[in-house]
Amino acid sequence: MENVILEMRNITKLFPGVRALNNVNLKVKENQIHALVGENGAGKSTLMNVLSGVYPHGTYTGQIFFKGEECIFKDIKDSEKKGIAIIHQELALVPYLSIAENMFLGNEQAKNGIIDWGQTISKASEYLSRVGLKENPNTLIKDIGVGKQQLVEIAKALAKDVKLLILDEPTAALNEEDSAHLLEIIVDLKKHGIPSIIISHKLNEIEQVADEITVIRDGATIETLVKGVDDTSEDRIIKGMVGREITDRWPQRESKVGDVYFEVKNWNVYDPEDETRLFLKNINMNVRRGEVVGIAGLMGSGRTELAMSIFGRAFGGKITGSIIKDGKELEIKDVGDAIANGIAYLTEDRKSAGLILIDDIKNNISLAAMKKISTNFVIDSNREIQVAEEYRKKLNIKTPSILQKTGNLSGGNQQKVMLSRWIFADPDVLILDEPTRGIDVGAKYEIYTIINQLAAEGKAVIIISSELPEILGMSDRVYVMNEGRIVGELDKANASQESIMRCIMQSNREG
Amino acid sequence: MDNIKITLKQNIRQYGMFIALVFIMIFFQFLTGGVLLKPLNVSNLIMQNSYVLILAIGMLLTILTGYIDLSVGSVAGFIGAISAVFIIQMNMPVWLAIIISLLVGALIGAWQGFWIAYIRIPAFIVTLAGMLIFRGLTMVILQGQTLAPFPNSYTGVSSGFIPDFIGSAFGVTGINMLTILVGIIASVMYVFSEFRSRKEKQKYKFDVPSMPFFIAKLALVIFVINLFTYWLNLYKGIPSVLVLLGALILIYSFITSKTIAGRHIYAFGGNEKAAKLSGVKTNRVFFWVYVNMGVLAAVAGIVFAGRLNAATPKAGVNFELDAIAACYIGGASASGGIGTVFGCIVGGLIMGVLNNGMSIMGISVDWQQTIKGFVLLAAVAFDVFTKKRK
Ligand SMILES: Nc1ncnc2c1ncn2[C@@H]1O[C@H](COP(=O)(O)OP(=O)(O)OP(=O)(O)O)[C@@H](O)[C@H]1O
Ligand SMILES: [Mg+2]
Repeated sequence: MENVILEMRNITKLFPGVRALNNVNLKVKENQIHALVGENGAGKSTLMNVLSGVYPHGTYTGQIFFKGEECIFKDIKDSEKKGIAIIHQELALVPYLSIAENMFLGNEQAKNGIIDWGQTISKASEYLSRVGLKENPNTLIKDIGVGKQQLVEIAKALAKDVKLLILDEPTAALNEEDSAHLLEIIVDLKKHGIPSIIISHKLNEIEQVADEITVIRDGATIETLVKGVDDTSEDRIIKGMVGREITDRWPQRESKVGDVYFEVKNWNVYDPEDETRLFLKNINMNVRRGEVVGIAGLMGSGRTELAMSIFGRAFGGKITGSIIKDGKELEIKDVGDAIANGIAYLTEDRKSAGLILIDDIKNNISLAAMKKISTNFVIDSNREIQVAEEYRKKLNIKTPSILQKTGNLSGGNQQKVMLSRWIFADPDVLILDEPTRGIDVGAKYEIYTIINQLAAEGKAVIIISSELPEILGMSDRVYVMNEGRIVGELDKANASQESIMRCIMQSNREG
Repeated sequence: MDNIKITLKQNIRQYGMFIALVFIMIFFQFLTGGVLLKPLNVSNLIMQNSYVLILAIGMLLTILTGYIDLSVGSVAGFIGAISAVFIIQMNMPVWLAIIISLLVGALIGAWQGFWIAYIRIPAFIVTLAGMLIFRGLTMVILQGQTLAPFPNSYTGVSSGFIPDFIGSAFGVTGINMLTILVGIIASVMYVFSEFRSRKEKQKYKFDVPSMPFFIAKLALVIFVINLFTYWLNLYKGIPSVLVLLGALILIYSFITSKTIAGRHIYAFGGNEKAAKLSGVKTNRVFFWVYVNMGVLAAVAGIVFAGRLNAATPKAGVNFELDAIAACYIGGASASGGIGTVFGCIVGGLIMGVLNNGMSIMGISVDWQQTIKGFVLLAAVAFDVFTKKRK
């Protein structure tokens, strides 16, 4: 074949009760960016795990050819030796090691087992500049943002002399600016002869950078679209993914906004680590009954911290100010109180703060509202199963059983389990932090529909999202946050990408 | 159907260990020339292992939170010592001494729980300190001496048997009526509860095992229960401590598997942050797990002192290790969030049968230790392998 660098042939992979991949074929050409798209649980991550040796030879059937040679990988080391580097959906950096140490982890610059720090640092700087990251290589990973961490991952792959780079949802946790930068880097690598496979649910990015697009549905290859030959528009990709046309990205909603229902007044939150530093400054906001309010802002603007501080002081040291619901000031000391008062918060960080990964779907759904299925603190396990089954159907969670461990679910389905938990808790005020992170278009639509339903029931909904189109598409009103303050409030008519950015810029100038 | 398959899969470790226990028992039955399962020895086995099993139940909860308690052996020794002082030196009534001892156990647990849960000093360190502190205090209180003997009412808990008052009321001899009756009542209650849960499941339209399979399972369990009570009847009937142990097992199985409090412990161990953001009062859960451990360590201390009929400065040495090993052999995860009471009891019994069987065979204590070490390693390795294989 002309210039095929990678070919995966008839790959089939089974998990107990799940056929994750069924005779999948994938061909990646040299000097191309190849996108892999598909709904949640379609098998994209699994396919890449097969390719990179996470699932060793023998645990799947089918063949892999890389640069014409058949590959038999026993583990990730084997695939790395060939130059295949994978950056997982969840970042795998060690928070308390420096950038340089992380970059050369397992690939240390050493002579006779003794690390050559001079070389480590100088090489690290070299690769960092190749990915356009201006950070001191001695900075600890925990002190840089996710966007920069993602770049460190790429630099780490470059340091291993990568021949094929695999990125599993690299931009899911990034804001638009960081995403754009990351995509630039990938395009740049392509120009320097390093092809990549990229998985993403952000189809506009795919449309922008991919040369070829392979669509996977239910563990099977559906088609490969070639840029310039086939139609590679977003709508066309979606059609391939879900098997039908989706005409509308945002479900229509008759918003019936009522009276002011939930208010946060004069809310000041101090840094938990430094009692003298004011983290959130004099926040005033409100949500009406049946209203969806968006909070826009750049990463680090304090949106998540605001939500968590409202949610039972889960963030912050000293806090002053008041929370009012339905005209009454609430006395909230901890998360339990917040839930009891009808407030729910869906975390942005489902793996480390959301799910209990070693536990099953059923227990994860009931966790925040076990009282609803108990009498005298004794859980009715039959009722619990019933509830879980109900939500599995309602939110279309793809799994063979509700007794499946949530750690074994695909990212999008994990997100649905978390949503189920909070919908089951039946709150009056729902704060959703990045509710559709890592979720496919079809499921996004379902989730938006659910959000609209909740609003229609008269609940107050707050959405935090780094995807501006999502905020604009869903919200009746938008608050703009920057550096711990609310710097703007825009109603639906006036909210736009530009007006939001303008609020932020203006506050930067003043600040 | 899928649900049943997955449940089986997830519990394979426990069933595996249960089967291993049966095999180990058969194995030693042969090697000891039939002594292991003699009625006398079965009673002995229960009484000998009761205190480690009691500790293992408490230890399971600390392991579920992801940590361990190293102090329980010393605390058990300390409680034995103070109860001896109360009863033997101060002539306090036994019931009062026991209540005070249990309260002291709770206080010790609260003390350690405070440092662990609220100040967040690693449990390993706090309980290591506790291990030294309470061993030291035990020696201080006893002044290096052994205090003995206890009155019968105290030792009865651990070495007595429940008198056959039914048999004597009806003048029956040669058979322990009470023991047999307990077996029958337990069978009836078991059948009743199984039928009820089956009905409940059907009400929700869930899959249930087919009727023949269901009946076969009931028959098997009824057979085992009654064989066991019949066997006990052949010696002196039901050991008092078995009643205590049975009650603890039932109560803690119930708490861990059916109650909100139990679920909170699992959630804490599975992902503390997630638990907290779901409204679990994590510090409080953590604290009470250690208070509970203190109380159970006190119970174990009383049972052990009663069985020895003395309080000695060395009482309880290394008990914590046996209790921890029992939990791990029984399938608990060292990183928390996984484990069951049933599993830890099976694990404890495996250790107990090994100890007892090897002692009967005359194997020296040094070798016993070595073999137990290998068994612990093998059990956990089995776990790791089965997890990897899928
Ligand atoms: N370790 C596992 N055990 C059992 N089932 C698994 C395991 N890993 C993945 N699966 C199942 O395999 C299917 C494919 O999962 P995969 O993670 O590849 O999806 P994905 O396409 O990456 O989805 P997403 O976009 O949500 O990340 C899913 O149904 C998932 O539940
Ligand atoms: Mg994935």
